[in-house]
Amino acid sequence: MIPELGHFALILALLLALVQSILPLVGAARNNPVWMSVAKPAARAQFLFVAIAFGALAYSFLTLDFSVVNVTRNSHSRLPEIYRFTATWGSHEGSMLLWTFILGLWTMAVTLFSRHLPEDMMARVIGVMGLVSFGFLLFMLATSNPFLRMEMAMDGSDLNPLLQDPGMVVHPPILYMGYVGFSVAFAFAIAALLSGKLDASWARWSRPWTTAAWSFLTVGIMMGSWWAYYELGWGGWWFWDPVENASLMPWLVGTALIHSLAVTEKRGSFKAWTVFLAIGAFSLSLLGTFLVRSGVLSSVHSFATDPTRGLFILMFLLVVIGGSLLLFALRASQVGLGGRFALVSRESFLMVNNILLLTATGAVLLGTLYPLFLDALGLGKISVGPPYFNSVFVPLVTPLIFLSGIGPLARWKQVNVPELAARLKWGFGASVLVAVLLPFTLGEWKPMVSLGYLLSLWIVVTVAIGVRGRMRTSAGWSANFYGMNLAHLGVAVTVIGVTMVSNYQSERNVRMEVGDTITVQDYTFRFDGVKDMVGPNYKGSRGTLEVSRNGKPVSTLHPEKRIYTASGMPFTESAIDYGLTRDLYTALGESLDGGAWSVRLFHKPFVVWIWIGAVLMALGGLLAITDRRYRTSRKKGSAKA
Amino acid sequence: MKRFLIPLGIFIVLVGFLAVGLKLDPREVPSPLIGKPAPDFKLALLSDSAKQLSPADLRGKVWLFNVWASWCASCRQEHEVLLDLSKQGGVPIYGMDYKDQPGDAQAVLNRYGNPYVETVVDLDGRAGINYGVYGVPETYLIDKNGIIRYKHTGPVTVEVLSKKILPLVKELQQ
Amino acid sequence: MRPWMIVLALWLPFAAMANEAKPLAEDPVTEQRMIALSENLRCLVCQNESLAGSRADLAQDLRQEIREQIRAGKSDEQVIDYLTQRYGDFVLYNPPVKPLTWLLWFGPFALLIGSVGGLYAYIKRRGNRPVDEPLSEEEKKRVADLLGNNGNKS
Repeated sequence: MIPELGHFALILALLLALVQSILPLVGAARNNPVWMSVAKPAARAQFLFVAIAFGALAYSFLTLDFSVVNVTRNSHSRLPEIYRFTATWGSHEGSMLLWTFILGLWTMAVTLFSRHLPEDMMARVIGVMGLVSFGFLLFMLATSNPFLRMEMAMDGSDLNPLLQDPGMVVHPPILYMGYVGFSVAFAFAIAALLSGKLDASWARWSRPWTTAAWSFLTVGIMMGSWWAYYELGWGGWWFWDPVENASLMPWLVGTALIHSLAVTEKRGSFKAWTVFLAIGAFSLSLLGTFLVRSGVLSSVHSFATDPTRGLFILMFLLVVIGGSLLLFALRASQVGLGGRFALVSRESFLMVNNILLLTATGAVLLGTLYPLFLDALGLGKISVGPPYFNSVFVPLVTPLIFLSGIGPLARWKQVNVPELAARLKWGFGASVLVAVLLPFTLGEWKPMVSLGYLLSLWIVVTVAIGVRGRMRTSAGWSANFYGMNLAHLGVAVTVIGVTMVSNYQSERNVRMEVGDTITVQDYTFRFDGVKDMVGPNYKGSRGTLEVSRNGKPVSTLHPEKRIYTASGMPFTESAIDYGLTRDLYTALGESLDGGAWSVRLFHKPFVVWIWIGAVLMALGGLLAITDRRYRTSRKKGSAKA
Repeated sequence: MKRFLIPLGIFIVLVGFLAVGLKLDPREVPSPLIGKPAPDFKLALLSDSAKQLSPADLRGKVWLFNVWASWCASCRQEHEVLLDLSKQGGVPIYGMDYKDQPGDAQAVLNRYGNPYVETVVDLDGRAGINYGVYGVPETYLIDKNGIIRYKHTGPVTVEVLSKKILPLVKELQQ
Repeated sequence: MRPWMIVLALWLPFAAMANEAKPLAEDPVTEQRMIALSENLRCLVCQNESLAGSRADLAQDLRQEIREQIRAGKSDEQVIDYLTQRYGDFVLYNPPVKPLTWLLWFGPFALLIGSVGGLYAYIKRRGNRPVDEPLSEEEKKRVADLLGNNGNKS
């Protein structure tokens, strides 16, 4: 009964999405206020029914309804309660429902927090989001019904062990909040193109939404990277896997969009460009969904693939992205040019930032799809992996990070070059000096370490110069200004983490008998053997490693090897002692003869900085949203209602 | 203005490639050995470990070389197809038992029937590496001069046999 | 694990018979070269793991093959040639630079140079000197209107 209710709710949501898109869009075109006023209630009702469907699926999972195909394939009677719930979005069907649910959440947020929007703008934004929602609902109902019934099964085949992890409880929803959040910026861009009203106020409306989505995506990607680090057992934090690339591309374009919106809001420039980026960020989110769901690329992370679904999503992409780009081509030339600026100005710095970010996106897209291109043309099969991405990415990101130090200190319109140089020369000199000398204290001097430190120090120094400058002029609190600086500091922190762990990580692969010790970078690991263990839905072996440093105990680690009963899948659960300056990472290998085990040990200096930096970036974004100029207009709007 | 049409153009091309990509299998790796001489080996026979077979012994014949193992579940799928083929007798099939216990392999042949003229035993998988084996079962078509002409990865189906392998066999036998 | 082994495990630390654990690889130099090589090679079975990271059977065999070839005095290029002869360019995570991959390798940098050049030309064309284009009265009013700053929006 409950699954049928969920199915029915999805059908109603589909119809409501149609109402939500057609009436307001046509109404806005014909200037019919009655039709336009349908937007909000239709959007809210649509969200309600999607939420009911989501609740129904979650209920089926929690109550282990093995008459539902989706539940049977992705759950098990012995699966712990929390994973029974998260299994709701562990499957392809469920994750599409989560996608639509989150799209509904964002639409609700727009109806609640954008009361100051003019009626026609609101109608168009909600209408466009309704169209996207319609596409996804139709996709689900046509090819991926999450409520499909079958003959009652005895038990399920269990959730993929990779997903049975606390990180997977929050990672997909937050990542989707980011992906789907770009739909708001997208809807604003399309609405602006449709109405022909593209001005500074458009950028101001769109900015907090874009920044919010970007912050979610930042945290989502960060969690995915951290999850891969501790869960895949290889100790790597970024693999340039197609699925990771699919999330990185919208992030890069989203980052470009945030910066471009700043110019459009402050100076009225780059309007067509900003609209293009807003379309691009969401298009790449959709493209990412296609790449992950269609099976055109093989990946360690793709959990569900099906070519017929791929065909549907491809048609959907053609309509949504193709339609948007066509609209863009028709309307963009009518957009005005905005304020002029000199060759050396904050505008041109931001433009170069955009070019570098887009080139980086292009490189990721090219690398991800190049094997497919060659294969489709019958020119053979090749692989494009981490060596390619690293060697192309570093030369693009280096000038980008360097510019992000100068940009915020540069004046709009025209920079007084000698003055800026005078402001920066001491900071630059100090950064170079420290960056060259510091790696000597870390052991081996390496050019890449110096480069990493230079970039990081450069950001720290320029942020300090900027903040001090602002305090001197006593310009007062600006959430936007401090948010930006915090996010830039986050980049500096991430760069340190990446530099340290890529250059100074130590790894040992050893055979350990009970009582054996091994020393890695001052840390002594003593192997105290392996015990059998039984988990709720797995059996396994649990090792014990005592870690000490100079005779003082540091930590006890318990890496595990598990075999999940239902699927028979073997699984390595690493054990990590986290620390601000180093992680100690251990994983059990195979059981060897004589009671010995092969053990993998890593000393990973500063690895958590990678993720701390990402969190700082996201916090910077969230801080910027609280800026008064977004809030005042909202308060006034809501006070009136 | 024309330049605003560029993104749309790029996107359409991209969709074209993705549409073609839907029909391709990203997991299939074409063999660079096609058109090259079949790598040499000298391996013991499953039926009689005292005897050895090498591709050189089969010069002058067009033959199928099928890599299989008793532990390989999808090898069971093609077993029936191979048996039928061997009964028709159009082309001799030689097998290679890849990284397997010879006893287990013999048991499989005893139980399900033996489509192979002979099976060689590749205990450590070294011969397999020379043939670029990455997933069992794999099937190679080798011509009279000992050149590999075709490779199929995964279970041989009736369709693959009638559409690809047998026409090529006929052509090569002339 | 049997109970007596647990007893042994508990007792052993006190016995202070700690031995230094032995590296799994007999020859650390070969091992290092093997890992450096196999990190840039793709595992064929699991496909999205490197040969170094994969636990698949074939990956283990291939790692062993690489070790033996290194011990036999083969250069890195010879080892890579050996693998590409059997599995094709597909095993290389670092695609070779050849006409077919020029777009891949040089495309991003050509795009970068082209865009920066385009930006330069754009700024030059619009005139180097910044001129402020203030909003017209009507535009200002509309901005204020839309942002609800005047508080009496319809």
